[in-house]
Amino acid sequence: MLTASDIVAEVGMALGLDAKKSEVHGFSQRGGVVESHVRWGKRVGAPLGEKGNIDYLLAFELMESARWIEFLKPGGTVIVNRQRILPMSATVGDALYPSDEAIDQALRVVTTKIVYVDGLEVATDLGNKNLANTVLLGALARVMEVDPEVWLDVIVKRVPHKYIEQNKQAFWAGRMGEKVPS
Amino acid sequence: MKKLLSGNEAIALGAKIAGVKYASAYPGTPSTEILENLAKMAGVRADWAPNEKVALDSVAGASYAGARALATMKHVGLNVASETLFYLAYTGVNAGLVLISADDPGAWSSQNEQDNRHYARFAKVPCLEPADSQEAMDFVAIAFDLSEQFDTPVILRTTTRISHSKSVVNVPEDNRHAPRALKEFVPDMSKYAMIPANARRRHPVVEDRLKKLGEWANTAPVNQIEWGDKSMGIVTSSVAYQYASEVFVGYSFLKLGMSYPLPEKLIRDFASKVERLVVVEELDPFFEHEIRAMGIPCVGKEYFPLTNEFSLAVVREGARKLGVAQPDYATASVAAQVPARPPALCPGCPHRSTFYTLRKLKLRVAGDIGCYSIGVLPPFNAIDTLGCMGASLGVAQGVDAVGENNAKHPWVAVIGDSPFFHAGMPALANIVYNRGASTVLILDNDTTAMTGQQENPGTGKTLQGASVQKIDIEQVVRGMGIKDVFVVDAFDEPAVEQTIKAAVAIKDRPSVVISRGPCVFLDTYADKYIDDVDLVKCNGCSLCFRVGCPAIYKGELDATTHKPKALIDPLLCIGCDVCLQVCPRDAIFRVGN
Ligand SMILES: Cc1ncc(C[n+]2csc(CCOP(=O)(O)OP(=O)(O)O)c2C)c(N)n1
Ligand code: SF4
Repeated sequence: MLTASDIVAEVGMALGLDAKKSEVHGFSQRGGVVESHVRWGKRVGAPLGEKGNIDYLLAFELMESARWIEFLKPGGTVIVNRQRILPMSATVGDALYPSDEAIDQALRVVTTKIVYVDGLEVATDLGNKNLANTVLLGALARVMEVDPEVWLDVIVKRVPHKYIEQNKQAFWAGRMGEKVPS
Repeated sequence: MKKLLSGNEAIALGAKIAGVKYASAYPGTPSTEILENLAKMAGVRADWAPNEKVALDSVAGASYAGARALATMKHVGLNVASETLFYLAYTGVNAGLVLISADDPGAWSSQNEQDNRHYARFAKVPCLEPADSQEAMDFVAIAFDLSEQFDTPVILRTTTRISHSKSVVNVPEDNRHAPRALKEFVPDMSKYAMIPANARRRHPVVEDRLKKLGEWANTAPVNQIEWGDKSMGIVTSSVAYQYASEVFVGYSFLKLGMSYPLPEKLIRDFASKVERLVVVEELDPFFEHEIRAMGIPCVGKEYFPLTNEFSLAVVREGARKLGVAQPDYATASVAAQVPARPPALCPGCPHRSTFYTLRKLKLRVAGDIGCYSIGVLPPFNAIDTLGCMGASLGVAQGVDAVGENNAKHPWVAVIGDSPFFHAGMPALANIVYNRGASTVLILDNDTTAMTGQQENPGTGKTLQGASVQKIDIEQVVRGMGIKDVFVVDAFDEPAVEQTIKAAVAIKDRPSVVISRGPCVFLDTYADKYIDDVDLVKCNGCSLCFRVGCPAIYKGELDATTHKPKALIDPLLCIGCDVCLQVCPRDAIFRVGN
């Protein structure tokens, strides 16, 4: 997740723009929520975006898409990894993991541009569960209409040599995925 | 060459380019990565110290001895090192000395959100505040020059948002470490040895230096005016400037790169040319009070909050109240019930058995700071007090001294290996010296895990991973004269329980339990198999849910108890066996891997 947002920020730089990225987390390493913001522009001041004004939302976990949807601009695009990671509040407390329908409905209040990605499944097929993030980046590359070569250049520079091929495949898998609903 | 760097990476790079020779720190979010980055840079000696005071004293020594030196710490670390800061302000430096204070507005990973600009004023030393990574790199060099020019330690203050955000930095092509010859130490007791007579003589020097620094600030390039619409002039710094620049579009700005001492002439000049002076600063009204004290009217905290981190939304809200129109982004409120995602001890964490036991035995617990602070949260709810590094032992001694550590309410202190070296040792000496009878649990996971697994004096490794003498906590404790020292395997829950019971039963003298087991992130962690649940034997008694493991979750309801049976996620489980040990029905078993 953290490298994924670095890559997005560096793609902005590669396009000749100013870019900033910032993560917000407390006890993240221990299962808390991590939120990472990337902004591109001619000049970027604030390192964090704001609610209701984000163009693209990437949820690396299914229910997190619903938690963060209020950040998305109405009509913006949300890309959702279908993977579920159960929160402790469901084991220790009485919280229930929301149903697929409840999540989808929550997203639809803000936008119809919802792209579901089976990141973990695709990554597992490629032989490395850690590639799910790259699959999601591929999906983002598609909806942002940025030249895939620019993305691949950045990804290749960022990942360890022996994982380059796998990451390229994961990126293309995400990039070629389903069409974006309009 | 343009690079995307975090504030912390940029500070490390800036320090290298400025020829820093020695750096010392104690880890603490959001400052930790500065030293971790410096450690990789040739020509720089970078050491983890046991605490921030020791770090800053050593950095003082390096500076006296003629080397440019850097200390880094989180905001609360400067509380620990403040004693040193105050004498350093009087002695001044030989080669340049810079102290990085990384503050944490929003208290993302801290026990408070103090504003360390006050320390600059308190100790009468200059403070620089970068607003992005480029400035973070550039200001380090300026800080070292300033330190040498004015013979003063210099504080460079960042915040979480500056330290951890990445932004574009123009890295000079030649960014090698610039080695500098040691500047000769010329003995001068009147400057370097602060007996009262010398201290009295140094005080006017400090006051005079502050005046000169204030003069310097008036024309220093770190303070910049951006003229725009003069109906409003915004005085701001650090990340607050970044938010304000997107909110008060087109207005005039005085961006302060030096937050102490303030450039009085420059501020007067700016204030006289704008109709209304507005101060936009995170946390305390520091500039606001200083500017008011100059007799210049301004507004600030009646529009912008005192507490919590700023954001675009927060600064917009203040701007609206000031009559500056702002876009109103429609925010849909979240329609689905999304459960919270509270932090938890990792699957396989060595702390789990201790907190399960503390909860089970209903002991009162004086806690400390580390991953095990999660013991405050459900399902453990096991920590009663938690303040700062090392506080657990002092608090337990006080409770004990007034007779509250008794059969009805037995108390224990719980501390990790890293805080034990940081501030726990003097507190243990206090318990022994003052006839305490506390039980102290030392959770030795062989690392400083909370901040990202740094080495400490007990791990036998330096910051760079070199093998060194390991300080054995058991020997230290015995050396202090404690007779009842128990060492127990953290992954053996029944043994942990038995040992804690035995230690707590000792009422007339102190006892120490060292619970040993590595953090799962260490190479020494042995995972051989995973655990699984026999769903026929499991009746949903829910005992294993109380170990608070993210790998265990609720499955189908049991037909007779109507309570959910346990399931174990094979992707997350690493076979620590704690759940297996607490299951009364032997429903959990090991699966080979
Ligand atoms: C004065 C001070 N310095 C630094 C920190 C940052 N900090 C919080 S927890 C922690 C390490 C705790 O290590 P340990 O107690 O060994 O527990 P672990 O996280 O390994 O379980 C540090 C350095 C702090 N809170 N206060
Ligand atoms: S990082 Fe290590 S010490 Fe911290 S919760 Fe995880 S296993 Fe436990």
